[in-house]
Order: sequence, then C-alpha cells, then structure tokens
Amino acid sequence: MLQKMYDWIDERIDITPIWRDIADHEVPEHVNPAHHFSAFVYCFGGLTFFVVVIQILSGMFLTMYYVPDIENAWKSVYYLQTEVAHGQIVRGMHHWGASVVIVMLLLHTLRVFFQGAYKKPRELNWIVGVLIFFVMLGLGFTGYLLPWDNKAYFATQVGLEIAEQVPLIGTQLKTLLAGDASIVGAQTLTRFFAIHVFFLPAALFGLLAAHFILIRRQGISGPL
Amino acid sequence: MHRGKGMKFVGDSRISSEKTSQIPKDYSEYPGRTEAFWPNFLLKEWLVGAVFLVGFLCLTLAHPSPLEGMADPTDAAYIPLPDWYFLFLYELLKYEFASGDWVLLGILGIPGIVFGSLLLAPFLDNGPGRRPHQRPIAVGMMILALIGTIWLTYTSASHVDWEARAEANKPVPQSSVTIDTDHPGYAVYENSCMTCHGGELEGGPAAPTLVGTEHSAEEIADIAVNGTGSMPAGIFTGSDEELEQLADFIVTVNESAE
Repeated sequence: MLQKMYDWIDERIDITPIWRDIADHEVPEHVNPAHHFSAFVYCFGGLTFFVVVIQILSGMFLTMYYVPDIENAWKSVYYLQTEVAHGQIVRGMHHWGASVVIVMLLLHTLRVFFQGAYKKPRELNWIVGVLIFFVMLGLGFTGYLLPWDNKAYFATQVGLEIAEQVPLIGTQLKTLLAGDASIVGAQTLTRFFAIHVFFLPAALFGLLAAHFILIRRQGISGPL
Repeated sequence: MHRGKGMKFVGDSRISSEKTSQIPKDYSEYPGRTEAFWPNFLLKEWLVGAVFLVGFLCLTLAHPSPLEGMADPTDAAYIPLPDWYFLFLYELLKYEFASGDWVLLGILGIPGIVFGSLLLAPFLDNGPGRRPHQRPIAVGMMILALIGTIWLTYTSASHVDWEARAEANKPVPQSSVTIDTDHPGYAVYENSCMTCHGGELEGGPAAPTLVGTEHSAEEIADIAVNGTGSMPAGIFTGSDEELEQLADFIVTVNESAE
C-alpha cells in the first residue's frame, strides 16, 4: 500500500532524487560513536538542531497564550505559568532551551574549530554557522523582554542604551529596535515580539537551510 | 567535475550536459566501516536525542522558569542584569578601558574584533593543516578568548546573590479585590495589620496574603488577638467592637474577591 502510494507520487513528481539527496548517504566510520566513542563530539550539531526544533514548537505553543501588549504580556505569562495545564512545562522548555541551545552551539563551534573542519572547501559553511550563532544571540536578547517582568525591562533598557552609544547610527538603531528614541514601552514590546517571532526566525530558517544544503553537498570533513 | 562558469546544460534545464552522477559521493575515500544514514544511523541519532530529551525535561521539571514581578519602569532601585550568556559583555563594560571615554572600545572594538575574527576564522587561519598543533596561533587565540569569556562570566555571576535576587523579585499576584476604605473595619486594619499584610491585603515579606483566606470571622478575630504561625499574639490592640469590624472587613473583602 505504502509502496503503491510512493510509486504514484514518484511517477508524477519524481521524488526519488530528492529523497536520495536528503537521506540516502553513508555515514563514515570516524563520525560514528558506535565505532569510536570519542566521535560523540559529532552529535553536538545535531543536538543543537534538536533544541532549535524544541524552541520552535514550544514557541508556537507559547504564542497561543501570549499577548504582546504591556498591559497583558506579564499577566498572560503569569496565567500560563500558574493556571494553564502544563503551561509551566511549555514555558520551561522554551526558557531552558534558550540557554541549552547556546551551550550546544558553543560546543558545536568548538568541535568544528579545534578540528579545523572550517578549512577549504568549507569556509562558507563556517560563516553561515557563525551567522546562525549571531541570530541565536539576537533571539535570546529579544526573547528576554517578552515576559515583561522587571529583569526583562531593565536588561532591555541597558541593551538599548548600549545600542544608542554606537557612533553615527546609534539613535536610529535604538529607534528601530525600541520604536521610540527615549521610551522603552508599548512600542518596544511590539517590535521585540515581531523581531523575535518573525524576522529572526525567518533569517534562522534561511541560514539553517543553507547550512544543511552545504553539508550535504560537501560531505562531512574527513578524520584528522 | 565541471562547476561554475562555462557549464553547459541540456536545453534550458538544470541538468548538466556533462554526464554526472546524482548519487552523492560515497565515503570509500575513508577506509573503514561506513553505515547507511537511513535507517540505521538515524535510529541511533534518535536514541541519543531521546536520552537528551529526557535529561532536558528533567531540568525543566526540576527548575520552573523564573518570572519576576511585572515591569515597573519607576522602580529606580532595580539592578539590571542580562541573561547569563550576555554577562561577559556586561562585565567587560565595567572595566576602565572599556567604559567612559573608552566605551566604544567596550561595545564595538573588543567584541567586534573577537566576533569578527570568529566569523572570518577560515581566512585568518588559512594554512593547509587541520590538526591543532599545526596552527598554534589560531588555537591559542581561541583558548585565550574562551578563558577570557569564562572568566568575565564567572566574575560577573559571582557578584550576584542569585537566591536573594529571586526572592526579592517574586511576582505578586495581581489583586482583583476592591478595598472599601469607607468600611469601619478599614481604619482598624490600617492601624493594626497594614504594615505587614499590605494596603490591599496582598501580604508582604513578613506576612501572607489575606485574600483567599478560609477562616471565618470568629477565627480571624481570634488570630488577630492571639496570633498564629510566625505572627505573635497581641498585635491587635483595640476594643471588641473594633475587632468585630476588622474581622467583618476582611471577610467582606474576601467575599468581593470571589
């Protein structure tokens, strides 16, 4: 039955090459922890992606309750945390995932760095990876404000003051992020929400796609 | 295989006119025991993922995510603190050479150089050797940067009393009660109870909230005189009539809250 369905689709849109590109490849011995336990360092990248998936899913569920508005943002988070069934777990996953993803990214980056795996021909993939790291830090910074509690508010204020000190474009940069040259308020929360939920994830998906396409094209680096 | 400029295609398709194989390269250049990604290796990856997920969920269950009180822009005494992975940048700005007149060095110069060289690492470290001992400068710089980051994060975090901070910033449940200040018991409450139990019966560091109490009026009157738990006896000093008004006031507030 499944085979018939596959054939039916394959006859029309020729998915076998796509399938082969994605999944049909060999895993060399030196990255397989079943053969060399020390190869567990090659898991860090995959686990980073796993945490990113957790972040995306838990974030999607959080937006079912979250209200990006200064009157209700904190209340909606508090309600989610105290009243909604398993709300604490969903928010906990998103909160801790934000930290774990940074840790896993760091471990993955260090693995690639110390193995010199970014050398020719993989320079571009390293650059894409570092850009993913920057996008993640941006997601951490914008997501920190969203619960609209004291630590979020004041940390964001400090962050925006730092942005303001950038020469030439400082004020414009702050206004772009905060929605106002001096007030950190309703506009700021809405902008950070938009950046956190739409702009940065869009950039992240693009970069992740490039990261994965490049690694499938170039293959994993050989053993040292 | 011919790539890039000068490539020839079949008609207007994306298929190269030179015959190339669609099959990704195998790893026969690495002698050893290769394994099929699908399904053998993927299953192992999922097992690792499952173990990781269990550990992650244990962390989530053991430590509920913190939430402080609702943002209060007028709270001038609040000491801001970023999330832990920004602490090293925050700490850097405390050094003299990275603040005041030199702040540009702190916010752009040093982080710019560090993150810029991270981004451009393949071009700065462009020799052929991959082993760490073949590129001592790159590896040395990375270890220095790592030690620096860990040191800055540690210094910043060690100055903070995290538990006291969490305790002081606990969220106060939004009070939905209406306080009838004309109630005769309110004046009594103001005199005897408000210092500890708060202006809206919301409680404070020394006393619990009175909203949602399950005590009856008589029990409230008894507690006001004789104390309970950590509340000492003899806090209420007044006539019996005032005591009755006080108990009635607290019960009324609780009724209005429901």
